[in-house]
Amino acid sequence: MTSLVLNIGHAREAQFAAACLDGAHPVPDGLAAPAADRRERRFAVYRNNVVVSLIDALAAKYPAVAAIVGDDFFRATARLYAAAHPPRSPVMAQFGDAFAAFLASFAPAAGLPYLADVARLEALVLRAYHAADAATLEARHLPALAAGTVPLRRHPAAFALRADWPALTLWRMNTGREPLGEVTCWTAQDVLVTRPRFEVLACLLPPGGGAFLAALDAGPASAAAAAIEVPGAQLPLIIETLVRAGAFSAPEIEP
Amino acid sequence: MIANALPAGVGVGFKPQHFEAIAAAPQPLAFFEVHAENYMGAGGLPHAQLAALRRDYALSVHGVGLGIGGLSALDLDHLGRVRAVCARYQPESFSEHLAWATHAGVFLNDLLPLPYTEDRLFVVADHVDQVQEALGRRLLLENPATYVTFAESTVPETDFLAEIARRTGCGLLLDVNNVFVSAVNHGTDPVAYLDRFPLHLVGEIHLGGHAAAQDGEAAPLLIDAHGAPVADPVWALYGEVIRRTGPLASLIEWDNDVPSWPVLRAEAERAALMLGGARRAAA
Repeated sequence: MTSLVLNIGHAREAQFAAACLDGAHPVPDGLAAPAADRRERRFAVYRNNVVVSLIDALAAKYPAVAAIVGDDFFRATARLYAAAHPPRSPVMAQFGDAFAAFLASFAPAAGLPYLADVARLEALVLRAYHAADAATLEARHLPALAAGTVPLRRHPAAFALRADWPALTLWRMNTGREPLGEVTCWTAQDVLVTRPRFEVLACLLPPGGGAFLAALDAGPASAAAAAIEVPGAQLPLIIETLVRAGAFSAPEIEP
Repeated sequence: MIANALPAGVGVGFKPQHFEAIAAAPQPLAFFEVHAENYMGAGGLPHAQLAALRRDYALSVHGVGLGIGGLSALDLDHLGRVRAVCARYQPESFSEHLAWATHAGVFLNDLLPLPYTEDRLFVVADHVDQVQEALGRRLLLENPATYVTFAESTVPETDFLAEIARRTGCGLLLDVNNVFVSAVNHGTDPVAYLDRFPLHLVGEIHLGGHAAAQDGEAAPLLIDAHGAPVADPVWALYGEVIRRTGPLASLIEWDNDVPSWPVLRAEAERAALMLGGARRAAA
């Protein structure tokens, strides 16, 4: 193929793609719908497919955010997000990872400053849902762990979130996990997301728990050192909470 | 090169919300089909469900993201992910679309149309070769549902698909609903399309529902929405296809407004009855 033909083709494809994402772009050149005045309506099918599918993907990933702001506000926001940050991969589970940062600086949502934290939690929930499978560390492994014969490792589906707002409470109330009610305590929450088997769980971490998990890849001594710098940290409580939630992997070889 | 080996029976597109109902009893189905892109996470429930289905049924993996019809070079990371899904589940068939979705690295999550030209034949054949080589499998390439055509197109869609198959050795997936939707949208005759289609290359048939809209002066516009039962004229067209080809692997696709399992199974049973008729006629 000549490079001229290829260049024209690429330019047409670029026009087509831009017009799909942004209704302000004109319908691309070179279309041959049944009549000229119907090209607009025909092309609108592609526009609609693209935009609605991206909005729906965000709605599926961020149900609590959608419940908090309501359907109209959510879909209008998602439309702007999709135009600004379209997917870069055909794996739709990866689409929308910048949504929390987008919400944090989205002026119309400035009155809901906790929204970004709820979105961060929902992104971690989906990440945990698709994370690698692994057996979790059980209480029976603790003696071997204390003796140093098995390593302490983060479970592949375990993630901690340091939220400035009560993200866990808001997420639970807005996904039907607990009844909607008045949120009385507007303090920061350290949230642990785990998936011991197939169901994603989320619970509160005690002080220092998030720091412990974040530093664990560097070894348990580093994790403990990071945790005890946090005011109020109690290592036994941290370990107990993390073990109970399934935040550690079982040893590969049973001790 | 692994050939397609879907049994010549009826399958359905797997939806996770049906898993419990499917697992509760052996289903009179020949295969299930899944979208490759939904199984590209590392683990969790999607893989556990698919592994369980795979143990009991034949499997078709259907890609929606490779963009074989586009001018952009194939995304090798994505091709690697497709290869990993095929390696993990060893499906009886892998299929993709004559369409594109990625331009300049942006993925538009739809099946977008391409001009059918001599130049584009080279691009698409290269892409099909590349996919077949990477997967070590013969691919089935699906005819699209389209809402526009291109002024520069010079090759009929049927001939375009036949020529790609001739150059690459790939097979074809005939989506009968797409044939009908495109024919209505472009004012052409769906039976004439079948007359010209290389039916001997078809390894699988798709049957899905469409939505009806309007396009200006009461002119019909059909949308391939996969959110409704298969329409009567599409059933009739399906009957015509299998009368000509004999029994072929046939899939019911219902991806949006997903019905209860019994409703979906009833659609599959209707297809199975027609397939039974074709089987007796061929005997």
